[in-house]
Amino acid sequence: MADAPNIPDEAETRARWGAFAWTAENAEKAKAVIARYPAGRQRSAVMPLLDLAQRQVGAETQTQGWLPVPVIEYVAAALDMPFIRAYEVATFYTMYNLVPVGRYHVQVCGTTPCLLRGSDDVMAACKNRGMVKGKTTPDGLFTLTEVECMGTCTNAPMVQINDDNYEDLDYDSTVRILDALAAGELPKAGTQLANRHTSEPDGGPTTLKEMVSSNHDYRKEW
Amino acid sequence: MLADKDRIFTNLYGFQPWNLKSAQARGDWDNTRDLMKRGQDAIIEEIKASGLRGRGGAGFPTGLKWSFMPKEPRADRPSFLVINADESEPGSCKDREIIRHDPHKLIEGALIAGFAMRARAAYIYIRGEFIREAETLFAAVQEAYDAGLLGKNAAKSGYDFDVFVHRGAGAYICGEETAMIESLEGKKGQPRLKPPFPAGAGLYGCPTTVNNVESIAVVPTILRRGAPWFASFGRENNKGTKLFQISGHVERPCVVEEEMGIPFRELIDKHCGGIRGGWDNLLAVIPGGSSVPLVPAAEIMDAPMDFDGLKAVGSGLGTAAAIVMDKSTDVVQAISRISYFYKHESCGQCTPCREGTGWMWRVMERLRTGDADISEIDTLFDVTKQVEGHTICALGDAAAWPIQGLIKHFRPEIERRIRENGGALEAAE
Repeated sequence: MADAPNIPDEAETRARWGAFAWTAENAEKAKAVIARYPAGRQRSAVMPLLDLAQRQVGAETQTQGWLPVPVIEYVAAALDMPFIRAYEVATFYTMYNLVPVGRYHVQVCGTTPCLLRGSDDVMAACKNRGMVKGKTTPDGLFTLTEVECMGTCTNAPMVQINDDNYEDLDYDSTVRILDALAAGELPKAGTQLANRHTSEPDGGPTTLKEMVSSNHDYRKEW
Repeated sequence: MLADKDRIFTNLYGFQPWNLKSAQARGDWDNTRDLMKRGQDAIIEEIKASGLRGRGGAGFPTGLKWSFMPKEPRADRPSFLVINADESEPGSCKDREIIRHDPHKLIEGALIAGFAMRARAAYIYIRGEFIREAETLFAAVQEAYDAGLLGKNAAKSGYDFDVFVHRGAGAYICGEETAMIESLEGKKGQPRLKPPFPAGAGLYGCPTTVNNVESIAVVPTILRRGAPWFASFGRENNKGTKLFQISGHVERPCVVEEEMGIPFRELIDKHCGGIRGGWDNLLAVIPGGSSVPLVPAAEIMDAPMDFDGLKAVGSGLGTAAAIVMDKSTDVVQAISRISYFYKHESCGQCTPCREGTGWMWRVMERLRTGDADISEIDTLFDVTKQVEGHTICALGDAAAWPIQGLIKHFRPEIERRIRENGGALEAAE
């Protein structure tokens, strides 16, 4: 199992987050989420709503966001479920941050397929910028986490930073991406190789070459 | 080599847009109504005849699975289709390509499969880390609703069917079908004891079938081209085409659709530019995602990449995610990192797995550095045998098998490290 984090001091978080409520826009989104599940099964919405809440906290704090206990209580109440059931969910899944994180949550994949392709170099590039695993940099910009397989193994190694993946990395391209983020720019997401589009072999596909230039309809050849 | 015209996922690499209009120009949603008019049993029979086996790892025949669903669902107990897009097996990255580049194949497949098993709705459970992919999927489902292809009288078939997308939040275990159902119900993703099987009591206690993304997304094409077409690829019991994912030490890692049973060497030479440093530099391959045992170079080179071909070399096809390791690899570290993965992802429900995965990882780390006694190799093997088969779900097995494979094939390497570290002296005394 994943190691348990230290949940921050509750009195402080309660003072800061005790009055948490959806913004008007998120209240609409929450309603739409709950409508995806059968009547009486609104508890199914706990995962998407915790995500929504984390994003709202993120927007308010200019970070990726996290889930203070009062916010989890708010979501549980909105779904008419006991707090402990929502808390169980928040602590079970790794994407819910139980402690504050920085502006950018740098999640380096370190599982075997990435390890084989050089995730140690990606990690080194992060550490050489002063990041420490599990910690946020003093300027509040970066939080570094080593994560388990992110499902982009043919584009290894990779890092997910907030909502975007950066793939086919090496030491230099990782440095370049972190520099760009620190300067407030938005680096190009996806593969960092010049001659690669997505998951085809680098340099061009070995199959389906017609598709590169036009939306080819293969049915004529059936 | 499989001809391009026989590939199902023509926009696999996303060179063209994923949207409905482009997908229709490629042949998706083409007269879906007529496919459905063939009738539920005829569709199930066609899928059975095609030989399609589940693409999520276990390889259970898809048509047969559907036939377990009730023929006349009760109004108060509707049936559900749950589509497993919680792709988290290290090495696997095929469902992601389907979802972000060809989502309409999946959505059309959901309608047809859901209709065939008489389901009321489908939930697509996509792993939380696929953030941009989920955005595409939400938008594609909305497009289908707007075009009248989902919802009431879906695709003018007279059948009402909904498709919902549910995002996970980072838990490998939710790829296990009953853990996925728990998670969909808003709980921790801890697997359920079986029986009851999901087809009897699954989501919300209702009959449920859980299928992998690829299994569902190939269905419309199989129906359009016919079971004999699909069955013309691959060997008996291992039919069809398959998305292979090759990562690790090849020149050019990629995802590619190929015929089932393609020899490993051909797959690598044609699509990946060969092994890094040449074939003599190949050490071992994990051929089906991290849960299956590794296979040493000599045995894998000419093995057919299908269920039976890889079983014959003591491994499995799994999700067809080949992790290739050349001779520069620290193979003990590579497997130890997989052990760490399972330690991290154990849900904590069953004691042998919760305690065993951590214990196995700690011993693996000592074997990596040689800080161990030679007798501990047998102790470790013994513990993997105590975890295997003694847990509710297969995560315990999946944690045990890679270590068993390592000990079986690389025992001399582990012993060498211990000896060089001075462990052999202790043993001799």
